Amino acid sequence: MPELDPIQKRLIAEIADLHEVPAGAYNFRANSKLAGRNTTANIDIISKEDGTGIDVKIKPGTKNESVHIPVVISASGIKETVYNDFYIGEGSDVVIIAGCGIDNCGRQDSQHDGIHRFFVGKGAHVKYIEKHYGSGDGEGKRILNPVTEVTMEEDSSMEMEMVQIKGVDSTVRTTNATLAAGAKLLVQERLMTHGHQKAESVYKCELNGDGSSADVVSRAVARDDSYQRFDACVIGNAACHGHTECDAIIMDNGNVLAVPALQAHNVDAELFHEAAIGKIAGEQLDKLMTLGLTAEEAEEQIINGFLK
Amino acid sequence: MLQIRGLTYEVEEMGEKKRILDELDLDIKDGKFTVITGPNGGGKSTLAKLVAGLIKPTSGSIILDGEDITEMSITDRARRGVSFAFQQPVKFKGLQVFDLLKLAAGKETDLKFHDACTYLSEVGLCAKDYINREVNGSLSGGELKRIEIATVLARGTKLSLFDEPEAGIDLWSFQNLTRIFENMRKNITDSSIVIISHQERILKIADEIVVIANGKIKQQGEGTDILSAITGTPDAVMPCVKLTEV
Ligand SMILES: Nc1ncnc2c1ncn2[C@@H]1O[C@H](COP(=O)(O)OP(=O)(O)OP(=O)(O)O)[C@@H](O)[C@H]1O
Ligand SMILES: [Mg+2]
Repeated sequence: MPELDPIQKRLIAEIADLHEVPAGAYNFRANSKLAGRNTTANIDIISKEDGTGIDVKIKPGTKNESVHIPVVISASGIKETVYNDFYIGEGSDVVIIAGCGIDNCGRQDSQHDGIHRFFVGKGAHVKYIEKHYGSGDGEGKRILNPVTEVTMEEDSSMEMEMVQIKGVDSTVRTTNATLAAGAKLLVQERLMTHGHQKAESVYKCELNGDGSSADVVSRAVARDDSYQRFDACVIGNAACHGHTECDAIIMDNGNVLAVPALQAHNVDAELFHEAAIGKIAGEQLDKLMTLGLTAEEAEEQIINGFLK
Repeated sequence: MLQIRGLTYEVEEMGEKKRILDELDLDIKDGKFTVITGPNGGGKSTLAKLVAGLIKPTSGSIILDGEDITEMSITDRARRGVSFAFQQPVKFKGLQVFDLLKLAAGKETDLKFHDACTYLSEVGLCAKDYINREVNGSLSGGELKRIEIATVLARGTKLSLFDEPEAGIDLWSFQNLTRIFENMRKNITDSSIVIISHQERILKIADEIVVIANGKIKQQGEGTDILSAITGTPDAVMPCVKLTEV
């Protein structure tokens, strides 16, 4: 492992499932400093001259390679904004694993705002996984405000998995995407909030080319007194296909606002949205209880499955 | 042995009380294969739900092996050996077939992949195609029904209630289904199997048949006797009064 303390190692394991140095390219950032980097023949990682972030350059045709770019914060009171740009060459097929873990045992807020820009070349395929996690019992908040800007060229495709299950006090996640002809974007969001947490997800997908498609699916659980807002807007400017879905379970005093928006500028645009908010279905609890589970165990299994 | 005494279930509909089960008495003996039949809306599913604890009776009692379980939670009854395959299987987003079978088998069992496959092939599902499927709306009605039966098999408890297990299951698999029930009876000592069914072929293999209509037991006795009695009467189902008046 690069130079990381035990807390940082634990955070990395949570957000990237990494227990040792990953194969392939990586860039570890810990408490606002570079903690390790590896590049490969096809994937280069360069620090920006002004020190505000990194450029990840993936050569055209790169196949079956991965890039890990975890960020961990284990000190209280860090506030940072990082700009990372990804240039994904034509026809490549790569996996990018990002993620941010904050452990805050102190009194000051810790905040990481990552601004990620993706330029996905023609015919390229990217799988992007981003996990957020917070821990530590300090009064200081754990705050994450990621912005993701995606520019997709013709026939490119991108799968995004966004996961935030625990411990982040406040988050506003903004994702903007523009798609050229034949480009496909699939977003799967998994979100659970508890305590007094707040989480907002804002998506704007512009489908500019014929045959482009976007599918934004969110599964969310809001417990205790937490609040979530899901705001997904799909704009169809061509013969395209757009779909957004918000499926939320509320528990306790959880509060969820779903704001789906569709806008069509082309008669051949097909846009759909679905939104459902409700408590756990009584019959699901009943069924698991007939298998011998207690009501609490049943609830836990249903939530775990739902967010899997 | 399951003893049902004076079991009554009433619901309120538009300010009026409607009696669904009417002071029903019934004994389900150990080691027997009991089939409950009768007209639609007669109260069969209601009875099964009352036994499993999904609903609570207005009055009366349910006694399992000498213990009064009338006020017990669903969980406590399940832990005492009551299993129930729903007439309409419940769907779960995200939970996979293997997860459900593991939960059914219980924490102590720690069901292995291999065992889960055995249960699935018992109900005629090719394990490798189904074990990782989500138990959601993408499964067909018949597939959900078979998985529902597999969860009861995985539990392997003393009292198993199946609510119309054959509904939606194709003819070819029907043979296997009756074989499953035979096996269950053989493998679990003193186990009672209760099946709610309208199918003559299921009725044929019953040790005991109970006919429920209008919330009451209309007939009860040894399988062969009752079967010939039912099939012999032309008016097994009362025609609607208004229609006959026209
Ligand atoms: N909660 C309820 N409110 C109103 N009516 C109910 C309620 N529960 C059951 N009933 C009615 O009670 C009657 C018995 O229902 P039940 O489901 O037990 O019938 P069943 O014998 O299982 O019929 P089937 O053969 O069609 O499955 C039906 O007329 C049903 O509409
Ligand atoms: Mg019924």
